[in-house]
Amino acid sequence: MERRAMHLKYRLRGWAASGGQFGIVAAFTAFLAFPFYWMVITTFKQTGDLMDKNANPLIFHDWPTLEQLRYLFQGTEFGLWLWNTAWVGGLVVTITVLLAVPAGYSLARLIGPTGGSLGIGIFLTYLVPPTILFIPFSRIIADLGLQNSLWSLVLVYPSFTVPFCTWLMMGFFKSIPADLEEAAMLDGYDRLQAFLRVVVPISMSGILTSVIFAFALVIQEFLYAVTFVSTATRMTVSVGVPTYAIRGDVYYWGSLMAGCIIASVPIAIVYNIFVDRFVAGFTVGAIK
Amino acid sequence: MSDPKTATAAAESARGRKRLADNPGRLGWLLLAPTLLYVFGLVALPLGLSLLYSVTNVTVSRLDYSFRGLDHFRAIFQNPAFWVALKNTFIYAIGAQVIVIIMGNVLALALMKNFRGKWFVRLLILFPFVAPVSLGALGWMWIFDPTYSVLNYMARAVHILGPMERFYWLGPELGRFSITLVNVWRTLPLATIILVAGLGSIPQDIHDAALMDGANFWRRHFQVTLPMITPILMVATLFGLVFSFTDMVVIFILTKGGPFNTTHNLASLAYFTGVEAGDLGEGAAISLFLLPLLVVIAILMLRVARRSEVI
Repeated sequence: MERRAMHLKYRLRGWAASGGQFGIVAAFTAFLAFPFYWMVITTFKQTGDLMDKNANPLIFHDWPTLEQLRYLFQGTEFGLWLWNTAWVGGLVVTITVLLAVPAGYSLARLIGPTGGSLGIGIFLTYLVPPTILFIPFSRIIADLGLQNSLWSLVLVYPSFTVPFCTWLMMGFFKSIPADLEEAAMLDGYDRLQAFLRVVVPISMSGILTSVIFAFALVIQEFLYAVTFVSTATRMTVSVGVPTYAIRGDVYYWGSLMAGCIIASVPIAIVYNIFVDRFVAGFTVGAIK
Repeated sequence: MSDPKTATAAAESARGRKRLADNPGRLGWLLLAPTLLYVFGLVALPLGLSLLYSVTNVTVSRLDYSFRGLDHFRAIFQNPAFWVALKNTFIYAIGAQVIVIIMGNVLALALMKNFRGKWFVRLLILFPFVAPVSLGALGWMWIFDPTYSVLNYMARAVHILGPMERFYWLGPELGRFSITLVNVWRTLPLATIILVAGLGSIPQDIHDAALMDGANFWRRHFQVTLPMITPILMVATLFGLVFSFTDMVVIFILTKGGPFNTTHNLASLAYFTGVEAGDLGEGAAISLFLLPLLVVIAILMLRVARRSEVI
């Protein structure tokens, strides 16, 4: 009898613990995800439903509609903003990979102990925020004749993608056994060939991680884009949606929120897959 | 290839390339040079220019580098908006990070156990960090809308507000609270994910040993787990501080610093002074006040990294 009571006690305690855990996770997820629920429901509501102040705004009262999405694509330059973002992102990613992959390899393998401290030095420049650099950049961009051109963003964005990706690649190359290149060099490759033909092909997953994070940083960037570019047709999505989807005093909230959701969901899903490697890069190796 | 001269030259250059490619040091610097140049040209150079602007007459329309000494700084100190912005910078960043540390720990502990659908929960939790800040802030602007705020609807539903009353979430009283809330929302995911990684890296033996010694949950958490994840907690906090110290996007979208300049931080004040009002010198001078903060953070970060013996 007593044993059964003990058993029950542990069982209850176990339920209470997982109930508590469930409650905590649910409450936090509700807080963090609520704005996105709000964006989704706003996207599909009819305008009359959105403007009804007395109805419970958390649920649909009229039929869901695609009208807001239609306005987003036909009444604003949204498609163009997505295209501009992809165009800038593609070029910035290319520059980033061409610079960061060799640099990461060099820091990890070639220049000896200097590599470690130099790598940290490069990583720390990632901490110098756009907030300090955008004012001199606005002048430099004007002097180069690049104001109001997407090329200004192509030039400036690598200043934050390259340090971060160099750091990621350095960590990645350190985790590859050096025997591989040594074997290749015994087979008659020189260092450069060993790097290009042996190390790079087996590092594709690390390079892919860099590509994704560089691209994500480009999509998220706002300050440079709002400072350098002022014509609606040349904007990237993070600036275009907040600036031009608002017309005068009328807020097109439905289409605004649709724009937010469309621009964030794909990158969030891809990011989620690679997040562990991202964390490893961010923690400066504080986890062993 | 019949010309002997070309052949020798080709052999010569092949040998040269061979020498270069086999000397790891020289090849290393060659591979590194473009990155170093880029980073120097696009970070160090503008940083130097920023210092230069802060003591000269330069504006958007006028390139006049005549020396103004500390005039900009004197003007800034006499501007009440600057002092408000300086105070707000600390309120937003430190207020948000204190909350984030506490909430991040709780959430990370709750996420340690496996459960069905964890992948999806993690996706939802990460969303605020991954979505472009400007678009997330836009979502909050709609949540805070003076007329249609869903928060006001909820407050009315539970009778915190009377039927005709409303909170002005972005008004003079609540504006700073709302901006801090959005900062918490935005930086909590990164801290949580980093802490989950830290907790996961503690070997199971240590938990087992503490359990064997009869330590209860709280003792295990505060005397065993927490000290072990301190370095990583520091890293999470420092990154959160950098993000919230230097962010102007949330303020730009939500309030543009208003009403009456009550919600600016240094970053947004620098933007509105330097770009919207066109006074590059004064804008640069304002933004430079962030530099000492960032230097302190960088030093702390290096110390954490060194103490955990990773360098």
